[in-house]
Amino acid sequence: MRNVYVLGVGMIKFGRYPDKDVPELAAQAALLALKDAGMTMKDIQLLASGNLLQAGAMVGQRLLQQIGQTGIPVINVANACATGSTAFREAYFAVGSGEYEVAMAVGSEQMGKAGLLGGGGASREGSVEGILGSGLMPAVFGQAGVEHMRKHGTKMEHFAKISVKNHKHSTKNPLSQYQNEMDLDAVMKARMIAYPNTLYMCCPTGDGAAAAIVVSEAVMKKYAKKPVKVGCSVLTSDPWSDRDLTLPDVSTLTRTAAKQAYERAGVGPEDLDLVELHDCFATAELLHYENLGLCKEGEAGRGVDEGWFAHGGKSPVNVSGGLLSKGHPLGATGVANIYEVVMHLRGEAGARQVEGAKVGLAHVIGLGSACTIHILTA
Amino acid sequence: MAEGTQASGEKKARPIVPFLRLGDRPHLVGKKCDQCGAVYLGNRVACSKCSTTGPFSEIPLSTKGSLWVYSIVHQSAPGIPTPYVAAIVDLPEGVSVRCNIIDVEPDPAKIPFGMPVEMITRKVREDKEGNDIIAFFFRPASKN
Repeated sequence: MRNVYVLGVGMIKFGRYPDKDVPELAAQAALLALKDAGMTMKDIQLLASGNLLQAGAMVGQRLLQQIGQTGIPVINVANACATGSTAFREAYFAVGSGEYEVAMAVGSEQMGKAGLLGGGGASREGSVEGILGSGLMPAVFGQAGVEHMRKHGTKMEHFAKISVKNHKHSTKNPLSQYQNEMDLDAVMKARMIAYPNTLYMCCPTGDGAAAAIVVSEAVMKKYAKKPVKVGCSVLTSDPWSDRDLTLPDVSTLTRTAAKQAYERAGVGPEDLDLVELHDCFATAELLHYENLGLCKEGEAGRGVDEGWFAHGGKSPVNVSGGLLSKGHPLGATGVANIYEVVMHLRGEAGARQVEGAKVGLAHVIGLGSACTIHILTA
Repeated sequence: MAEGTQASGEKKARPIVPFLRLGDRPHLVGKKCDQCGAVYLGNRVACSKCSTTGPFSEIPLSTKGSLWVYSIVHQSAPGIPTPYVAAIVDLPEGVSVRCNIIDVEPDPAKIPFGMPVEMITRKVREDKEGNDIIAFFFRPASKN
């Protein structure tokens, strides 16, 4: 693999766009990335389009109908919540392999106020949902959090504090779906969804899109942009573990990916200036502190209490507001995480800038199961 | 003929999942990989732990186990009554089971980790032909 760089990124504000459709949202993000790169659609040699809920609808080709049908190859990607980041990975490999010089990844999703992530309601003939436990995401991540409570004595307050942190971070991000602070009492006393996650410890549904343009080193040198190198692109699925056929193992998946990512990028967790990780629920974020090696096993609760993962702490996590406040339009999320890291590495993140950021990590998991990690360096 | 089936024309009791056996002593059945010992609920084409294609031995699973983790679900998909305790129960044969815990208060203070539990069955609905659909649940184990 040769070196690959991110030349342009774009993202629309996450939120609700009932008057638009998916290709239109995707097109807006793609145009922002093209403008950022100083390119036009005629410069793009391959498009990887990530979208989950309309996976059969050829969103990539419909995107080109909006912004330029140049006859290039289009890959449509669906890979659970790792859809956008898997599209980015496809673009990365297209350039890294030497086959293409310029590739674009676009992630998009329109969820509206669609119901609970994971689907599987009572309307389905013969459903066992709610009779033989639950496969819905709030319950799955509730159980994953309770498992940490069981093993390490973690309290519900620890999870709630993560929601408080990410909501506070989001107030500095104009592209965040929500930008309101939330105090601990409000999070703790909010309507319970699936213990220990209350409403504000669950990410919202919504619409959004983000795009990134990756190029070879030769192309990068032609543009007056601060180079951001893709240090690694890792994708894993669940290895077999004791309970993973009944309790999705959201941890081993990430631990395997993190090990590979640090080896390939030649950095360790102590080198990371910022991390955008998959906080679909507050419980998930706490688990991933340990899964990504940001703290030792069993120390995540203490780290939360001592502010290790807040902006200004030793290991800032989700300074964008995270999925909990920035939002989680499924197919857009992976590319949006790349967008956030790139903005910081260029020193262009505005009020939420992590000063002097040189190395950032973007992490996404999807059940069940896919995990991507990209480490980017300035 | 599987247990729980009767002559046509009569209403039958049908298990909600194929790995639930009804009859006088309802229990779950698993398949154990003869090579590596991994146990699964229901049938397997091959072992996802060691990848061998078998053989697998069918084993009856204990109706008693212990609570591993749970969540108390207050908001679910439309039409599903809440709150309920969604849980993972470990059985002594080395298999874990996704289930509902019943006969407990939906209160974390009253659901201890490792709690001994036992399986029971209940009718949960009828199918289009009017047969009873029987599901399994776990509840705190009785002392004797």
